[in-house]
Amino acid sequence: MYETLTDTFSRLASLDREVVAIAWLSLRVSVSAVLIGCAVGIPLGALVAVAHFPGRQGVVGLMNASMGLPPVIVGLVIYLLLSRSGPFGPFGLLFTPAAMVAAQSVLVTPLIAALTRQIVADAEAHLGEQLRSLRLSAWRRAGILIFDVRFSLLTAVLAAFGRAISEIGAVLVVGGNIDGFTRTMTTAISLETQKGDLALALALGLVLMALVVAVNAAASLLRSYAARAYG
Amino acid sequence: MRVSVPIRLDGLVYRVGGRTILDCLDATIGGAGITAVIGPNGAGKSVTLRLIDGLLAPSAGTIRIGADGSARRAFVFQRPALVRASLARNIGLALDPLGLGRAARAARIEAALARVGLQGRAGDPATKLSGGEQQRLALARAWATQPQLLLLDEPTASLDPAATETIEALVSEMARGGTKVVLVSHNLGQVARLADDVLVLAAGRAVEHGPTRQVLFSPRTAEARAYLKGELPWTSFAAAS
Repeated sequence: MYETLTDTFSRLASLDREVVAIAWLSLRVSVSAVLIGCAVGIPLGALVAVAHFPGRQGVVGLMNASMGLPPVIVGLVIYLLLSRSGPFGPFGLLFTPAAMVAAQSVLVTPLIAALTRQIVADAEAHLGEQLRSLRLSAWRRAGILIFDVRFSLLTAVLAAFGRAISEIGAVLVVGGNIDGFTRTMTTAISLETQKGDLALALALGLVLMALVVAVNAAASLLRSYAARAYG
Repeated sequence: MRVSVPIRLDGLVYRVGGRTILDCLDATIGGAGITAVIGPNGAGKSVTLRLIDGLLAPSAGTIRIGADGSARRAFVFQRPALVRASLARNIGLALDPLGLGRAARAARIEAALARVGLQGRAGDPATKLSGGEQQRLALARAWATQPQLLLLDEPTASLDPAATETIEALVSEMARGGTKVVLVSHNLGQVARLADDVLVLAAGRAVEHGPTRQVLFSPRTAEARAYLKGELPWTSFAAAS
């Protein structure tokens, strides 16, 4: 146990190349997925919050249910789509970081959309009547409400980042856990634990936790600043 | 230029959740000056205002505004609804549908802020303003669109006397400038100070409509007399629906 901990901190202190490479890939994949999820999920969630159309409750229910999509199932579906015989097979994306980004995007987009819908719906209850009285289109109202709740939306982004960076099922299925190419922190921790290299697994685990804490701390600082500046 | 914006409400009915809020409301509101809508809670005053603005659709009946059936409208609510952004941006939102050029837009925003005494504060966060200042900003936003019809739903309900006086002066100015104003208020002193005519609602119907002095001091109907004496409770609505 003592030796393992010593080895762990030695790897961290020396910025072990393998640890850094795996952490960097994980960060790139998850941040990319969250950015895609924000680009799709925030406007989608806001529009569903402000627009009234037939079947809206069904869409809301679907969005909420999709927050709990099992990562392995998402990985399997993306695998089938990207596999050689699938519709996107010719692009050769399977077992690449791009496939991992795609899988994680599918996982986090409904989460961001559902949380955005709830946050924007709360703002709509306060501002909606005024915005409608200004004769603004649903898209414009959605845009204004997104702007109004921009700092609250950090919560949705953080939740998505947390889900992406910590999931293992989807990236394992579509990435293949290839050493030096598609190995992320979660897949590496799982593999190294099975192999008995607990020092590496522990080092990666600490980096993973540090990343999550650092991102949350930065978001918390931003929210505090926003509360002081804008009320 | 003064543009007359008469409002005609014919057989207006509004039902929601199995309740009848407006029950065949008929009224013709003149095209100029300030019309106050008064009545007990639940009489349908705020709903009438929202129907006139188009925020709600009537269950039955028709609403005709202006000579050609439409007019540029602005609505100021009891609680100012402001976006977490600067004063200028809050006013700018109302100008979006007008399609003004950048220079004209900036000039309109500056003039609107000056009109309500908030000049030089265009970049300040709107949500940091006091309650009275926020309502002035809401009025500035309405003024910036140069509305023909201004709808006010208890705009001074939560303000102190000084802020109330400022808002009343601004509303009077707008009315003198040619904007038709429809004001919902429980403040009978305010109604006496501002309104040219008064429409009294009770149980979702118009029970009296006439010049302010006549309605406030010599009401003709029993419902108006009871309301002004404080004897027409909100339960009259429940009994009627």
